[in-house]
Amino acid sequence: MAQNDHTAFVMRDRGWHPPAYAPAYKTSVARSPQQALMSLQTPTASELTGPDFDNFVLGPVDNDLLLNFRPGTDRDGLPIGERIIVYGRVVDQYNKPVPGTLVEVWQANAGGRYRHKKDAYMAPLDPNFGGVGRTVTDADGWYRFRTIKPGPYPWPNDVNSWRPAHIHVSVMGPSISTRLITQLYFEGDPLIPLCPIVNTLNDPEAVDTLVARLDKAGSRPMDSLAYRFDIVTRGALQTYFENQG
Amino acid sequence: MTQPTEDGGLMYPESPSQTAGPYVHIGLALEVAGLPPRDDEIGPEIATPDAEGEPVEIVGRVIDGNGDTVEGILVEAWQADANGVYQTDYRADRAFRGFGRSAPGEHDAGEWSLHTIKPGRVPHPNGDAMAPHINLMLFARGINIHLNTRLYFDDEADANAACPFLTRVPPSRRDTLIATRENGSDKPRYRFEIHLQGPQETVFFDF
Repeated sequence: MAQNDHTAFVMRDRGWHPPAYAPAYKTSVARSPQQALMSLQTPTASELTGPDFDNFVLGPVDNDLLLNFRPGTDRDGLPIGERIIVYGRVVDQYNKPVPGTLVEVWQANAGGRYRHKKDAYMAPLDPNFGGVGRTVTDADGWYRFRTIKPGPYPWPNDVNSWRPAHIHVSVMGPSISTRLITQLYFEGDPLIPLCPIVNTLNDPEAVDTLVARLDKAGSRPMDSLAYRFDIVTRGALQTYFENQG
Repeated sequence: MTQPTEDGGLMYPESPSQTAGPYVHIGLALEVAGLPPRDDEIGPEIATPDAEGEPVEIVGRVIDGNGDTVEGILVEAWQADANGVYQTDYRADRAFRGFGRSAPGEHDAGEWSLHTIKPGRVPHPNGDAMAPHINLMLFARGINIHLNTRLYFDDEADANAACPFLTRVPPSRRDTLIATRENGSDKPRYRFEIHLQGPQETVFFDF
């Protein structure tokens, strides 16, 4: 569903997105440009195209984090934690579905520990949990994962900073102009308003759009709860009158 | 339902960005995180040796405002094929994929690399051809919304001088977008240092 180069995208609202420099999130201080971004008045095919993943071959449990870190050998247990379904729809700003796009997620385990060489938090790894998933949206823009709810974890920002439970979410959308990485938070988590990374967002409504809602109707009785998380990518529109004079 | 909330407006707001964080590799560069790779990973090989075009290697580092290398960087690349055409149908089994990802491993001291072919010239909407370039997106802890830039090649001086895109970049900053050809490997290698901040700051784009 990649766009051809007759398509433009609604301008990104960089006051809604977090600014590069957000000093309460300390790492951003030395990693934020000081010069203004250079705006392209005329985007080219380089910006208006991107990879689509309709024909990218995924493994059968790539979107099932309950099963995809137990290759059926000597560790065929299930991970410990709250079994949840995370699902939703990828749409653009005009509510048009974004089909055939890659949605990738990664997360800590139920104790807040990441299966990454550099995570030295004392909470233990779960031998049956990797924490990575990917899927491609269907023809109507839907995606679905099965996982366990991640735990909060401490990080050395302030002397006592804790991340809310979150799942990192990556979506390509129809072009590199729509490329987006964000984080999913969980409804009702009291750590959300305390987090310097969440608070890089200036608008509380923007934070609200990153909070997945408990969805009882989507849950499976005696099996898993469900959380709904919809993703909005930039609106695609045709450039009807460009260079046609 | 989380969102969108229509609020009587015509458009939903885009989902806001958040940093990819320190453990981005778990999700997007599994081997760097120490995870077993799946059957097909999106990796640093944008083109195999079988792809049409001149094979090249791109290496680089990302430097922060203190002059320190950002070791946890994830770089994504999107480029045209040897004929200047974007191949949007991503297939892992293709010689030319157009899209790739690179992240420095434990022993790479922050150096990322890509294996690809030099892209052809893509037309600019004004009718002229742009100089060969690779579009790069940067993700890391501390980067709240990813940074977009372009890599050009220093041995394409004539094309660069005529590029309708590159020539719009202020002259004093244009060199920050140009990778330097190096000798010493089995195929041409280009080095591209990206400075996030400070006197040598790379040009980043909004589009």
